[in-house]
Amino acid sequence: MAGKTKPTNEMKLIFPALSANESFARAAVSSFIGLLDPKMDELIDIKTAVSEAVTNCIVHAYRDSSGEIEISAKVYPDRTVYIKIKDRGCGIVDIGQAMEPLYTTHPEEERSGLGFSVMESFCDDVKVTSKPGSGTTVTLRKKLGLKL
Amino acid sequence: MPVYMESDSENVLTARITGEIDHHSAKWLRADIDTAINDSKPMLLKLDFSGVTFMDSSGVGLVMGRNVSMKEIGGRVELINMPPFIEKVMAIAGMDKLTGTDFSKGGTKNGR
Repeated sequence: MAGKTKPTNEMKLIFPALSANESFARAAVSSFIGLLDPKMDELIDIKTAVSEAVTNCIVHAYRDSSGEIEISAKVYPDRTVYIKIKDRGCGIVDIGQAMEPLYTTHPEEERSGLGFSVMESFCDDVKVTSKPGSGTTVTLRKKLGLKL
Repeated sequence: MPVYMESDSENVLTARITGEIDHHSAKWLRADIDTAINDSKPMLLKLDFSGVTFMDSSGVGLVMGRNVSMKEIGGRVELINMPPFIEKVMAIAGMDKLTGTDFSKGGTKNGR
């Protein structure tokens, strides 16, 4: 969110890039966002998008190395949620290509190439910044509907 | 996240998947389902999602891969009992077209 508005709540989470932590990461984010009483489908959308971003860190960023994944989340008074998923892995050379639907570097592992497509259709906005050799940050934004 | 296999006399193999489908669990699921395909050589593989509590695009990869396995033996895949949150991910991937599943009815209901 632009400017001086302060988040009403925030959290940060750091964990090693292990595939077993995919379910941990989405459960942790889901439980944090759950404090806002979102609708069930909004929560599922966020869980799914986070799962895609974390999986990308494990499958791509740290493919030939190991390291940590950092998730930070902020919620604002208008119920906009920002979730940042950051790694210090190999980085993406061509972000446009990486975000193309069905583009995958690992078809033999049955990666569908739809990670970014899912993030984009389940969130209001997805921003990717990356530097080859130093890592990638994905920022998801979603505005939750009014409290029930 | 176990997957329960059931093979019937009409050459239909039903794989009822339970739990969460993500990158971590998909590799076990695909091994289990492919073993069952090799054992029973079905003409139709029904993937039953009624017991699935979460799925990301790894589930799409799982369906695409099993579609290839089934095509190799001249069979096909059908998606059944999909909760709305699974249908939503499958639809992004065009899995309705790939498997000929009618998403307007939540996939085929598992009528016997």
